[in-house]
Amino acid sequence: MIRRPVDLGDPDRLYIVTGGRHRTDDTSFDLVTLIVSECEPTPGMQSEHVRILELCRRPTAVVEVSAELKLPVTVTRILLGDLLATGRITARHPRPAPARHALPDSALLKQVLDGLHNL
Amino acid sequence: MDSTISEPDARVPLGAAADTGLKIVIVGGFGVGKTTLVRSVSEIRPLNTEEVMTQAGVGIDENAKVSEKNTTTVAFDFGRISLNDRMVLYLFGAPGQERFWFLWDRLFSGTLGAVVLVDTRRVADSWYAIDRLEHHGTPFVVAVNRFSDAASHSLEELREALSLSDDVPMLECDARQRESSKSVLIGLVNHLYDLSMAREMTP
Ligand SMILES: Nc1nc2c(ncn2[C@@H]2O[C@H](COP(=O)(O)OP(=O)(O)O)[C@@H](O)[C@H]2O)c(=O)[nH]1
Ligand SMILES: [Mg+2]
Repeated sequence: MIRRPVDLGDPDRLYIVTGGRHRTDDTSFDLVTLIVSECEPTPGMQSEHVRILELCRRPTAVVEVSAELKLPVTVTRILLGDLLATGRITARHPRPAPARHALPDSALLKQVLDGLHNL
Repeated sequence: MDSTISEPDARVPLGAAADTGLKIVIVGGFGVGKTTLVRSVSEIRPLNTEEVMTQAGVGIDENAKVSEKNTTTVAFDFGRISLNDRMVLYLFGAPGQERFWFLWDRLFSGTLGAVVLVDTRRVADSWYAIDRLEHHGTPFVVAVNRFSDAASHSLEELREALSLSDDVPMLECDARQRESSKSVLIGLVNHLYDLSMAREMTP
């Protein structure tokens, strides 16, 4: 049997999400996907959603949202999924993970190097 | 600069144009200096969070209750470096122990590369991480964090002790020094750049 990690958040919510969106879950939010709010919080909104919309007025990585909310990444992804589905946030995804043994192109790496040298 | 009164803490937001997140992972045993390295180069105080995961078989019954004992909570910390208006590099300090490696795919896929931090007093702690990175095909460099009470070994002796092939760069570092940590990252990205150029030249 192949062992594979499976996310586990709040089991009830996890069930709802995976029940409805089986496939998309794999690709939805990388740790470094940058989230941007597309609207202001509205009265009556779930408090975590309010907090996310406030945090993401400027681009904020999924992992930062998770740290700021003090919620596991898994749970954060589910909350972000709710907001994305209703158009309240947009997501700026990292370039797709290169295939196994592949490397990012040298032009990108050159930009990374320049950035590090300028630190 | 924004100076909104409602800002509750000293969060340093990214610029509005930021659109490309990148990852580098720092791997190593407990106490080897991962957090110290991240802190010394990060533009934000290192943050931490956790991922809750369970190991389950692919063929598991969808309705099966996931039992508590199969779940693992992995805490990791991270820092951030804005490279330019659009690109932002996240540095993750990741535990290198065997029991965490099933997480690697899910958590750190798409990483540019890795830095293996080695404490010369506990070289064997790094064997497993190096083995997994090689197996994974994740490019990496080895940074030797010299603690003051450690006996000094030459990099060549350490290369031997780690059974590292000659094409893996080794660097000395003091994770407490920003310049030193910065040069470790530059060493890694130089290595990636060389690998990438070599690949692009090959038809
Ligand atoms: N002498 C020396 N001490 C270090 C160095 N890097 C980290 N330390 C110390 O080692 C301890 C553990 O470091 P930490 O970053 O928390 O390790 P982690 O568990 O890998 O995150 C801290 O007390 C650091 O100050 C180094 O390069 N040289
Ligand atoms: Mg640490």
